[in-house]
Amino acid sequence: MTEAMPAFALASLSGSPQAFPGDAPSLVVFVKEDCETCNTAAPVIEAFHKAYGDRLRVLVPAQSGAGNAVFSARHALTVPVLDDTACQASFDWDIEIVPSVFWLDASGAVKTHFEGFVRAEWEGLNTDIAASLGKPAAQVDWDSLPAWRPGCGSRHLYPEIHDKLRAARDGQSLLARRIEIAAADDVMEFMFDQGFSDGLPVVAPTPERVLKMLEGTHRSPQDLIAVVPPNMGEATTEKVAINAVMAGCKPEYMPVVIAALEAVCTDAFNIHGVTATTMGAAPVIVVNGPIRDRIGMNKGLGALGSGNRANATIGRALRLIVANVGGGKPGGVERSTLGNPMKYTMCFAENEERSPWPPLHVERGFNKEDSVVTVFAMTGGPVHIVDQESRAPQQVAGSIGFGLEGVFLPKLRNLAIDALLVVCPEHVDTLMSEGPYTKAQLRSRIQEVTRRPLSEMVASDTSGAGIPHAVAGKMGAEKLKGEVPKFAGDEYIHIVVAGSDAGKFSSAFHGWATGDIGSRSVSRKIDLGWRVGPEPL
Amino acid sequence: MTIILDPTDERKPVMRQVAARSGILAGAVGLLDIRKPRGNVLLDELERQLISAAPGITVKRFSKPTFTKPCPDDLRRDIASQVDYLVEALAD
Repeated sequence: MTEAMPAFALASLSGSPQAFPGDAPSLVVFVKEDCETCNTAAPVIEAFHKAYGDRLRVLVPAQSGAGNAVFSARHALTVPVLDDTACQASFDWDIEIVPSVFWLDASGAVKTHFEGFVRAEWEGLNTDIAASLGKPAAQVDWDSLPAWRPGCGSRHLYPEIHDKLRAARDGQSLLARRIEIAAADDVMEFMFDQGFSDGLPVVAPTPERVLKMLEGTHRSPQDLIAVVPPNMGEATTEKVAINAVMAGCKPEYMPVVIAALEAVCTDAFNIHGVTATTMGAAPVIVVNGPIRDRIGMNKGLGALGSGNRANATIGRALRLIVANVGGGKPGGVERSTLGNPMKYTMCFAENEERSPWPPLHVERGFNKEDSVVTVFAMTGGPVHIVDQESRAPQQVAGSIGFGLEGVFLPKLRNLAIDALLVVCPEHVDTLMSEGPYTKAQLRSRIQEVTRRPLSEMVASDTSGAGIPHAVAGKMGAEKLKGEVPKFAGDEYIHIVVAGSDAGKFSSAFHGWATGDIGSRSVSRKIDLGWRVGPEPL
Repeated sequence: MTIILDPTDERKPVMRQVAARSGILAGAVGLLDIRKPRGNVLLDELERQLISAAPGITVKRFSKPTFTKPCPDDLRRDIASQVDYLVEALAD
């Protein structure tokens, strides 16, 4: 048995309420005034009303505001034209096209439904209704009517209307506190005043936008994604979506934002310390795998900024979640001496297609076809490494090594500190110009060219940093002749490829306190369970 | 009117009450080093002056494993069980 269609109560043009279902069979036809096909159907609807109106309730919900009266007058209608300008009935009945025609029994169950104008369908309906009611068929000059006309899209499907109607229906799944901003208030200024912003304007997280954002993941709105330091705030999918809206994300970025949040909220990454340190660290997000292209991330020209929505807003969303849900705000737990532009956003994709090496995520144990986010706690960068002259692999690798001497302080060596090296395609080409040149060779070369005697690290009148005098004295001259490289181990040098084909400029991010004392880089496989995702590859 | 959803953790502001002051300094005083460089220098001097000003007190020293992370719960409980007051030495 067919279920009854949703009830409605709409006002006619004269203001009298008309409720559905009533106590009789009905013919309900949704129309809008500016639809040519609705205007074609109007005389037929009127003829049905005149022929069957005493036994069949003919109702015409119309979507066009003041246009409803125009529509009625244009066709001299006596059939009740009902005001569905708000489109609630159209939404509830889930129509797509106007005119949308429903013949229903007295309980409100559908007997016949069709859309647009197909003359044969109308003629068949005429025959069926006449037979059903035992009345003569409605008199219609069928020959004057077209055989077929497509309908128009129902007005309730316009995005600005549909999103509001859906938010009203589905809003119960959202539990975040609702904040009413008075009409006299400027929404953007209000959000600045509340401290919701990172200093740049944010998009208002209305229920409509948050619901749309939630379509980007299969996770339920109240799933707990992470507990976010320093306040140990609970970041549910809904809270993540709210901040993703504010950051300017598209729904399909949600899986990346979620994975990045999970990664930074581990003890290993230690977002508490990364947020709090006076040194001014920030998460640098590297994305690998097929998702890069599916959501339009930038891995080429200008990959490290700016201009790409996915790169910019994914990194920003993560920062907003840490600030808003975790409470990590400048002047509070965030105590950075100088701050850091990466604290707004820093996210990019590896240019795997331009790399001769296993991509970052494969190096870290994932499959090439996995989509993976990796987060690094970085305090500086990108610091460019300029070498436009080297033509031999060992030359450009040597220059890259020199480019990393600035990590912390050029004088300091043997550092157990991460660096994230971004090699540009032209430097890749030079490295590979004489045959395969591995990442291991590049790391080794970096360590080789940065080796210096420990004596150069001793505190002096030029710089008090390094090995204290007293310690140096105990070490003795012979030991101080021993050489150490920039990094305490090759494993501290992380290598990815990004950038465009033109330009011999690689770059490096400089780390923070690497290891248990501070932060370790963390990778997370991205859960690609989109509810409504981008087009498949 | 525009409705937006709260992006924060929605914790209600809580007015923290300052502990009642006894007017005397006695018992055990804890000094917590968060492990930032030279924090111990500050605490050494503080300990010297406290013992000088109130010879009857006991001073107990504690250290966090690292300044970058919150104080572990076990250490918090340990401190709370041993001292009547705690001074935490921040650096910078």
